[in-house]
Amino acid sequence: MLKDKIKSGVIYLDNAATSFPKPECVIDAVVNYMTQIGANPGRSGHKLSIEAGQIVFKVRESIAALFKIKNPMNVIFTSNATEALNIAIKGIMQEGDHVITTSMEHNSTIRPLHELEKEALISLAIVQADRNGIIDPKKIKEAITVRTKSVVVNHASNVLGCIQPIREIGKICKENGVIFIVDCAQSAGVVPIDINRDNIGILAFAGHKGLYGPTGTGGMVIADDFDHKKIKPLKYGGTGSLSDKIEQPDFLPDRFESGTLNVAGLSGLLAGSQYIQKKPGGIKGIYLHKNELQKYFIKQAEMQIPGFTCYSSSNLPSVGVIAFRLNNISVSDVAQILSDKYEIMCRQGLHCSPLAHQTIGTFPEGTLRFGFGIFNTKEEIDTAVHALKSISEGN
Amino acid sequence: MKAVILFHSTNHAIWAENELKESKILCKMISVPRHLSSDCGYCVQIDADDGEKASSILNAKNIEFDNIENYEGE
Ligand SMILES: Cc1ncc(COP(=O)(O)O)c(C=O)c1O
Repeated sequence: MLKDKIKSGVIYLDNAATSFPKPECVIDAVVNYMTQIGANPGRSGHKLSIEAGQIVFKVRESIAALFKIKNPMNVIFTSNATEALNIAIKGIMQEGDHVITTSMEHNSTIRPLHELEKEALISLAIVQADRNGIIDPKKIKEAITVRTKSVVVNHASNVLGCIQPIREIGKICKENGVIFIVDCAQSAGVVPIDINRDNIGILAFAGHKGLYGPTGTGGMVIADDFDHKKIKPLKYGGTGSLSDKIEQPDFLPDRFESGTLNVAGLSGLLAGSQYIQKKPGGIKGIYLHKNELQKYFIKQAEMQIPGFTCYSSSNLPSVGVIAFRLNNISVSDVAQILSDKYEIMCRQGLHCSPLAHQTIGTFPEGTLRFGFGIFNTKEEIDTAVHALKSISEGN
Repeated sequence: MKAVILFHSTNHAIWAENELKESKILCKMISVPRHLSSDCGYCVQIDADDGEKASSILNAKNIEFDNIENYEGE
């Protein structure tokens, strides 16, 4: 039985980096592809190639349903959220463009933007979030100039877990003819997202976090009414289509999907995406579960752990990510002891987000971070609180 | 007589096959006959009589295809 092979005896609270464990159906789907199908989709006409193509198509449909877009071909698979953000950012911006982003961005957004700024191709405005990590849409509106091409926003913070008012920001973008790019790496599969109603032009998602697919999966989703020809591809190459031409196809998804896809990963992503969407309570249930765990952890920790400082607000909606510290003990020591002595896995440091930590005043040391997943329980939180209490008390 | 629906992308071919099956049209994915296209990949084979119906289903779903060609397949 596969189940018996899944690592047990550890408490995994690093789901914001990548989710673990994956549902059993995800593992079965990967094994099924690896043992029964194996072929390259869209390249050859034999049965197994077509079966592989069917899997890829079904994931497209499942992801399209998740973000409420009509055309499954507007779902582009990439190796992670970072690649999707790079395609969107580097593919859209042109010389002289002005771009607005926020102080809550992950490096996967801020680095490509900074690079374009360094090359003097674009000018960049960084809108500051408040201490809780929330962006005031009015500030975005004020930052828009006649040259503003795009607004890029991280939907849910990978540091604090807080959620941005993207529908309002999107409305402002729409009214001003600005392309709204949203980083949904932490929110996909946790917060319901509707590309049209949220006024999103392009979104990036990670397949390996809240959608419970394997690592190496992710993608870019383009709104139905968005002209994808405005985005220049990052990669050019074989697509299995228009093979008689040396021109890159301009239609979706082929324009952006050169090279063999990660079909083993996508097989698992299909199972993961179906699993969370079919789960009793659906995405909303996952959201409620994570918020309940978050509130429970903060409450227990504040009651029991001396020197516990929390940076995430328990009053704000969250994706179940919490930043905290134990006073007078370095975050790296705490994380090391949690791992070595208590078998509790979490992340410490800056979480690839220096600006977010500057925003909340925790730069350069960073914080500890717990990221809850669908399989975490209150009992596990009790164990973690107990461990943190002992560490804080010097035991 | 058979016909094949040709697509510029295998992604669309698979999408089309699923939709046609759902509409109870007999169809099958086959390799693109070389005399019809120099492209690699696959296409959807149907009965030539179903051509018009298939075309209207695909158009209704906004599934892009190149054309439908009658051909003397087996
Ligand atoms: C907010 C945010 N954006 C982007 C990323 C990058 O995701 P990936 O590792 O899939 O490239 C992450 C995760 O690390 C993230 O938390």
